[in-house]
Amino acid sequence: MAKDTPPRWDRRMQQRLARGEAAALGELYDRFASLVHMLAHRVLDDDEAADQVTREVFGYIWENPDAYDPKQGSMRSWVAKLTNGQAVHRLRQSGTAALTGGGGEGTAEELEQKVRRATVAARADYIVTSMPKPLRAALELAYRQRTDYRHAARLLGVTEDEARRRLRLGLQLLSTAHTRTLDGTPPPGHGPAPGYGRSR
Amino acid sequence: MTGPLDGGRGGGGGHGDDARDEARGEPRIPAPRAAGDDLTLSVPPFPLVLGAYEDEEPEEEPDEAAGGDVAGGDAMDGTAALCLGPGAGDRPADMTHNADDADAARTADPADTADTAHHTTGGTDTTGGTEAAGLSHSVLKSLLGAWALAVCSAEETAAVEVHLGECAACADEALRLRDAVGLLHMERDLDLDPLLRFRVLENCLGRRPARIPVPAWAAPYDAETARLDALLRDFGDSEWDAEVRLRWFEGDRQMTRSTSVAQVLGHLMAVDGLVAGALGLGDPLGTTAPPSPEERTEQFWKSAKQPLAPAVRQPWRGQSHTLIRTVSFAGRGVSELSVSYGDFSLALKDSLLDRAFECWIHAGDIADAVDYPYEPPSGVHLNLMIDLAARLLPHALAARRRAGLASPPHYLMTPGAPGRSLHLEIEGAGGGSWHIALDSPAANASADHAVAQVALEAAEFCRLAAGHISPEEAAAGQDGDREAIREVLFATASLSRL
Repeated sequence: MAKDTPPRWDRRMQQRLARGEAAALGELYDRFASLVHMLAHRVLDDDEAADQVTREVFGYIWENPDAYDPKQGSMRSWVAKLTNGQAVHRLRQSGTAALTGGGGEGTAEELEQKVRRATVAARADYIVTSMPKPLRAALELAYRQRTDYRHAARLLGVTEDEARRRLRLGLQLLSTAHTRTLDGTPPPGHGPAPGYGRSR
Repeated sequence: MTGPLDGGRGGGGGHGDDARDEARGEPRIPAPRAAGDDLTLSVPPFPLVLGAYEDEEPEEEPDEAAGGDVAGGDAMDGTAALCLGPGAGDRPADMTHNADDADAARTADPADTADTAHHTTGGTDTTGGTEAAGLSHSVLKSLLGAWALAVCSAEETAAVEVHLGECAACADEALRLRDAVGLLHMERDLDLDPLLRFRVLENCLGRRPARIPVPAWAAPYDAETARLDALLRDFGDSEWDAEVRLRWFEGDRQMTRSTSVAQVLGHLMAVDGLVAGALGLGDPLGTTAPPSPEERTEQFWKSAKQPLAPAVRQPWRGQSHTLIRTVSFAGRGVSELSVSYGDFSLALKDSLLDRAFECWIHAGDIADAVDYPYEPPSGVHLNLMIDLAARLLPHALAARRRAGLASPPHYLMTPGAPGRSLHLEIEGAGGGSWHIALDSPAANASADHAVAQVALEAAEFCRLAAGHISPEEAAAGQDGDREAIREVLFATASLSRL
């Protein structure tokens, strides 16, 4: 089975979706559903809401395959972007509804914080899933199995120097989840996610 | 909200912010990392998200992940935009504002920084931490990740912490990395509800009908292969190493065989290859492959130079996707295309149903081996699978008769004439009512000539047809001709094969 390079897979998938191929939709789901659901769940912390976002995101992609621009990045990052936009939109909606109902002062700021934290967490998850496998493997050994880095180096078959490098680089990548979010936090009560505005 | 977000992350964030402020005032040794041990104590040791995505890697093409994606291009841009809502500049004031802006500037190119560290420290780290006091700046810097994760030696930890009091740049990075540790989480990702796939696809197709639909008769195969693939997604080494016990009936004897998860996938792939071959697609075993499922499987297992590895998942999945795609494009007539299994053949639509059934059964074998729950297929699909078994039963009875395992027919039949039948009543989701012709596959099984009735739960019937339980132990409600019932139950078990 020849393996497509990612841009090729992405472009081909886009063409097949545009052509209305149901089998392509199934393959799209099989590849991205767990990512979409995981990111939505990280933001909304609710299984049903995450199911709903999953449904909306795939519905949007199936109806608007041309909205994906391969020049802007991988399909995977586009899907993650749509998911996060939609999940945050929902979180904001339900939070705003609660505000209107409860009417407490200062809770708008709390909602903002909640949105911000959820976005950072989802972004961190995305970074971890997109990280080169060697970095993930090193982090997993260190974090989950509490493996000393020297031992981890032996398990991974690399030098201790390299094990330290991987742990540091992995955390550096992960730490960008913080910085980017502050740059990009939308104000409260705003409309739907950017991706959805482009719907034709 | 659960731990990592509100409890864990919220608490960690607050802590980090304080610490940051401290660091800005006067660089000094941050408190030893609290997260590590606390987390191990309070959180069950589920694989964190890191582990959960291991298996996605090969699919996700390494260069996407390794190349532009994380180290600068794609993921950064993608998710930066991901957070960019309308009016993004208008963010509320926040305590962490300054600290994070400063961080943002410093984060400029993590890959670069670490690379530098990598090169400058090359070969200097063989001291094993015992001469920690003498560690160079670049070695200390390279230790920051291990320090933040609390996986370096006590001497190194001490040396790093002394250094952090002296070096503002390293102190800043140390705090940032320690905060990043708080973003890792130990929750296991929820397994997706298999029905979600159906609902999501149905919703899509309701919004925009497919121009090239997947034929309804291929839907069970599509659903079952997707379910098995999803089961394998979270498998780590220990799951792949699990011993899978396959069971089936030959004659009247239950057979078992011990295999690996990868071998089961190889088996599924080798037999699916029959369908691929019939459709003119490449047969994974080559053009000279035998048609019998057993021989194909043996040949495939033997042809692998080493024991089959988890990597077999990709070609197995690739082939199943190709099959689904091909039958979608092939037009209506293809459903009757004959697929030969050696000593019998099935129409393509039945053949894919048979493949769906076997995929489910073996997915269940794999799930049993690793102690995962695995549900039966949806009722609609289960019903189609049982219907296929019911249609095959008269042939299975005839084959047993030829082999001397069943009594001769009571009547010599004129083809199409009404003959004795057994009323098979299947209960539960996917169930229904069938009449099995007892004397000849050519006979017309007539309800008026029913001589016996058997009632079984759908799942129990499928376990029997898969050879997972013996005809004697099948919990069947029985009424009427005992011999007919016995022969039908044995014939059902004989539908199973490796």
